[in-house]
Amino acid sequence: MPIVSTQHMDVAAGSLPTHQLLNVDGKRIPDEELDHYLKDLKEADLADFLRDMVVLRRMDNEATALQRQGQLGLWAPLLGQEAAQIGSVRATEDDDFIFPSYREHGVAWARGVQAEDLLSVWRGAQASGWDPNEVNIACQQIVIGSQALHAAGYGMGIKFDGGEQVSVAYFGDGATSQGDVNEAMVFAASYQAPVLFFCQNNQWAISEPVALQSRTHIADRAHGFGLKTWRVDGNDILAVYAATKAALAHARHGLGPTFIEAVTYRMGSHTTADDPTRYRKAEQLEEWKAKDPIDRLVKYLHEMGADVQSYEQRAQNAADDMAAKLRAAITTMEDPKVEELFSNVYAQPHEPTERAAKNYLDYLADFEGGE
Amino acid sequence: MLKALNKSLHDALSEDEKVILLGEDIGTLGGVFRVTDGLKAEFGEHRVVDTPLAESGIVGTAIGLAYRGYRPVVEIQFDGFTYPAFDQLVSQLAKLHYRSRGRVKMPVTVRIPYGGGIGSPEHHSESPEAYFAHTAGLRVFAPSSVEDAYAMLRQAITCDDPVIFFEPKRRYHEKTEAELGVVQPDASPKAKIIRSGTDVTMVGYGPTTYTLIDAALAAEDEGISLEVIDLRSLDPLDIDTVAQSVQRTGKLVVVHEASRTSGLGAEICAEITERCFDYLEHAPLRVTGFDVPYPPSRLESHHLPDLDRVMHAVDTVMRHHEASEGAAQ
Ligand SMILES: Cc1ncc(C[n+]2csc(CCOP(=O)(O)OP(=O)(O)O)c2C)c(N)n1
Repeated sequence: MPIVSTQHMDVAAGSLPTHQLLNVDGKRIPDEELDHYLKDLKEADLADFLRDMVVLRRMDNEATALQRQGQLGLWAPLLGQEAAQIGSVRATEDDDFIFPSYREHGVAWARGVQAEDLLSVWRGAQASGWDPNEVNIACQQIVIGSQALHAAGYGMGIKFDGGEQVSVAYFGDGATSQGDVNEAMVFAASYQAPVLFFCQNNQWAISEPVALQSRTHIADRAHGFGLKTWRVDGNDILAVYAATKAALAHARHGLGPTFIEAVTYRMGSHTTADDPTRYRKAEQLEEWKAKDPIDRLVKYLHEMGADVQSYEQRAQNAADDMAAKLRAAITTMEDPKVEELFSNVYAQPHEPTERAAKNYLDYLADFEGGE
Repeated sequence: MLKALNKSLHDALSEDEKVILLGEDIGTLGGVFRVTDGLKAEFGEHRVVDTPLAESGIVGTAIGLAYRGYRPVVEIQFDGFTYPAFDQLVSQLAKLHYRSRGRVKMPVTVRIPYGGGIGSPEHHSESPEAYFAHTAGLRVFAPSSVEDAYAMLRQAITCDDPVIFFEPKRRYHEKTEAELGVVQPDASPKAKIIRSGTDVTMVGYGPTTYTLIDAALAAEDEGISLEVIDLRSLDPLDIDTVAQSVQRTGKLVVVHEASRTSGLGAEICAEITERCFDYLEHAPLRVTGFDVPYPPSRLESHHLPDLDRVMHAVDTVMRHHEASEGAAQ
């Protein structure tokens, strides 16, 4: 008997429904609970969604190519997760504070972070690509799940201050196995803090299928912590947007933390160092290509009778501009100065670090002088 | 070295059915570094277990398996992800033999690819060895050569104490001509003099051993003879081998990638000062990583002790030596 079936979950009857507002053919499906949250969306917003997703996909392609050319040390592709990221972040307010993982490039970019600043971290030139206080996004997190606790703490702070904001934690399906994510849900629920836990279930944690992390739908688990929970089609930008709006409204009304499981798919490799052919079947990828989030929105725009060609052209132009600027910046980016090795270790003067820095710089100077 | 580690695990799995491997991505994928490649296919998913993504869970369940008579070998995917398991390693694994007054054995091996120099992002280049050497109840091994990687992993797995096994990922692609499979059954490998010399005792382990060999070659050109010691085991430390060498050379330089303050270098220098005070011709020196969080990869060449910094230390202990000889004349 196999130790566990890693292919199938035991999804119990009574599991939460998976909301889908746009089917794979781009047809609008009414949703009693979520439709309300789309009422302010205009055609122009949808065109912006399209542009955002196209630019992101281009950024992902460019970054993968730059990694192959040795310009980046590593890259974690987000290919396929554009709707999950854009749909959710576009539903937030600028003063909602976001705690992302290493794959949320789209979230940061949508909040105004430049592509080259994002990539500089993957190049190894900078420790962080943005000022967290400027864009209200914490530093990207590599240690799986840690940021969920930070989000819970930030949410507790909002609650104690009587603020209107929500803190949002992004993480993957694998992260839900970590103690930190489970502890974060306990804290957020105990204090009824305004926190949204946003899980992008992209089916894989490197080589491990989601069924190895959870025997039920991940959303059903969150429910057990006392969180208001939605499970949505993560490749359907309308469903993601509407559920995020609903979750944020819930938290803002003082009703406590929420959880969204966005069911999506990581179409690329886990990182540029990974070889997905070792663990996943080509058919699975094909199956998900048919559910592509960008195609689906384009089909919907056609359904609406919109001037899709002009929107696509505009998106293309934005992607070209971003790519040209990105390449110019990355390929001429200078290495950090050696002084930076020692800067910001402490916030207040720290004599041993200063001495070590001085000794090393003197040593380098001697060395250059002596050679 | 990857092949040697793979063969070591393979041989351990074949010889003892209580040996079981646990870790993230170690089964179908064969590990992100491929150390466990092919083992699941050969031994099955009951022996080579892909675990959920939870380090505390991995080490904690290994402890339970050890209670049950298994000899778990767990893989922590990268050095920087050891810390989520820190509580289970330090509060539980290290203490259970003591706490049970010897009634419970914890033959758990924790494999950790460690160290920098491969251009990785944050959390992929850490050197956490001092935390574990500081914790009583754990043994800490750090092989540097391909032969040692094979033999010491076998020793770790057969050891009835928990062993934190640091694999120098920078050397993963190192090859060897030697035949693998010869294992001394000692519970803690002794330090090894891998190059003899008469002027300065150079001590390193894991990835820095190679920098020391380069230093010995460079020093030879300058007419200085370096003795290079590979520690192999960091806990227990074979300080006798180092002390005997320092009694011959009178000078000591310790090199490691980990940060300087409260690191292993401090321990070794203190021990040698206590034992060899009368023999020392210069204060023992350390060449280490700086006391900074591991820097972005474009700065790591400064952080890691390189040949120049090591030679600078050699020159310092030698210059003092020459100067005092001059003064005596
Ligand atoms: C604590 C910790 N353990 C292991 C890793 C190595 N690692 C990086 S990404 C990853 C898989 C994460 O999967 P998931 O949470 O589903 O997010 P995804 O990458 O699919 O977005 C692993 C195991 C890590 N970064 N942190």
